[in-house]
Amino acid sequence: MEHGSFTDNSAATFSLTDEDHTIANAVRFTLNQDPRVTFCGYSIPHPSEARVNIRVQTTGDPAREVLKDACQNLMLMCRHVRSTFDKAVEDFRASNAVKAMKIDSQDSSGDDSEESE
Amino acid sequence: MAEGVGEEKKKFSIWDLPDVPMGQLPPYLELQRSRVSCNKDAPIHIESIQYSGAYASMGIDNSSQLDRFSNNFRVEVVRLNEDDMEFDMIGIDAAIANSFRRILIAELPTMAIEKVLIANITSIIQDKVLAHRLGLVPIRVDPRLFDYLSGLIHFFVDGLSEFMEFTPRALGNSLLLSLSIVKNDQPNEKNTIVFKLHVQCKRDSLRITVKSNALKWLPNGSELVKETRNAASDSSSKPETYTYFGCSQETIPEFVKNPIIPKYPDIIIAKLGPGLEIELEAHAVKGIGKTHAKWSPVATAWYRMLTRIDCNYIEDDLAEELKSKCPVNVFDIEVLGKGRRRETVARPRASTLCRKCIRGDDWEKRVALRRVKDHFIFTIESTGALPPEVLFTEAMKILEDKTRDNRALMMLLIWLVRMREAMDSLLIQGDFLAS
Repeated sequence: MEHGSFTDNSAATFSLTDEDHTIANAVRFTLNQDPRVTFCGYSIPHPSEARVNIRVQTTGDPAREVLKDACQNLMLMCRHVRSTFDKAVEDFRASNAVKAMKIDSQDSSGDDSEESE
Repeated sequence: MAEGVGEEKKKFSIWDLPDVPMGQLPPYLELQRSRVSCNKDAPIHIESIQYSGAYASMGIDNSSQLDRFSNNFRVEVVRLNEDDMEFDMIGIDAAIANSFRRILIAELPTMAIEKVLIANITSIIQDKVLAHRLGLVPIRVDPRLFDYLSGLIHFFVDGLSEFMEFTPRALGNSLLLSLSIVKNDQPNEKNTIVFKLHVQCKRDSLRITVKSNALKWLPNGSELVKETRNAASDSSSKPETYTYFGCSQETIPEFVKNPIIPKYPDIIIAKLGPGLEIELEAHAVKGIGKTHAKWSPVATAWYRMLTRIDCNYIEDDLAEELKSKCPVNVFDIEVLGKGRRRETVARPRASTLCRKCIRGDDWEKRVALRRVKDHFIFTIESTGALPPEVLFTEAMKILEDKTRDNRALMMLLIWLVRMREAMDSLLIQGDFLAS
């Protein structure tokens, strides 16, 4: 699972099974953003086998801690994206409902005062 | 050296000079970092510069802290229908956007017909071809209400990640999940939907077309009786069928008013000539697109980056020429005073990047065609099981779950290493004490 030196914790290769580019590329992105990382990359040894090797080299912190933090950051990013998306869909629906109401009231009153966003 | 270059009349400090402000890249580097330049021959600067220390020598931090990401990230919905949606994600990187796209296509579960039990087909269409076509018919049902059939792998991974937290609740959950593995081994009302197709074409009538609205939902389970070896057993009780429904699916509240039917009633499944018949039963189960494309919940999902076109100070005749060049009418003419006309970019979103505007002599110097690296225009077309905004939310949940599982594994690893180190130190102490 983790292939690295016993004495030097700062560089290791993590072999994840049942994973592919979906998660490996995302984790590699968040790893790159961490300032403690000097090198990170992933490879897929064979396309028929669902296995990903993620290589992490850091400036001294244990590599597994850095990977754990990167996963944590990715999770928080996902959560933020989800909440922003839900809010945007709600806003869109609300503004569409307002527009529909405005069109109805336009027919009756014949006066267009505000502009909806 | 920081003193102002002072004359008596005009004192100004060198910090007032319009230089690169601290903490920002010079404009040409900022262009490289944030835009793909689509030149006539090929695009350049396509890789997003992710490394946190990429501009370290200039003293600029390229790492994106979570709060900076949260402040800059925006989503704008452009179009939202029952079956498709288009929205913009601004401030995200291509790696994450691609992960969402991959999950939407391959890892969101849906229900699709997997097993077809054929009682009688005299039609000319082959059994396997008919079964394949039935598998591809999209079914209008929420897959979150169902479990996987004998989903050993899925339940195990979920249970394992909770088990890592080492709380009694987690251990209890994993036990429950292992029990449900046993329960879901057989097709029952929690993991199977049964459809029946029985069409006959009379001898004297014309050819008929079997469409997907001929699939009838059987909420009580399979009606085909299994052949049992011992005729003596269970002759009085209910005969054994191919599914083991404990209760009718109609009693589940979501299905009381809306029966389960194929999403589109006019998909042609087969054609029958006079005197031919099809009688079969189809069982639909939950699966993901990775196993087979019939379980993919989207017709397709794709994204593109926003095009940004810079055409500065193109006037008069050149402006007319540029406007007529574009096949999708991206450009527009703005009338300035004194009869001068200037080119503006009116509809950059419509640009298909056909590069007609930079073809010809010298046009490449006047028009700069670029793409914004962190502005993604996502389009999702759903096949009907779930509305597209729900699909995207579920995709994000799945990415979150995957990272949580990975993080749980990392935490287990860290714990194991700490245990080993503690044991090693105990052994060393023991040796020390012994000696």
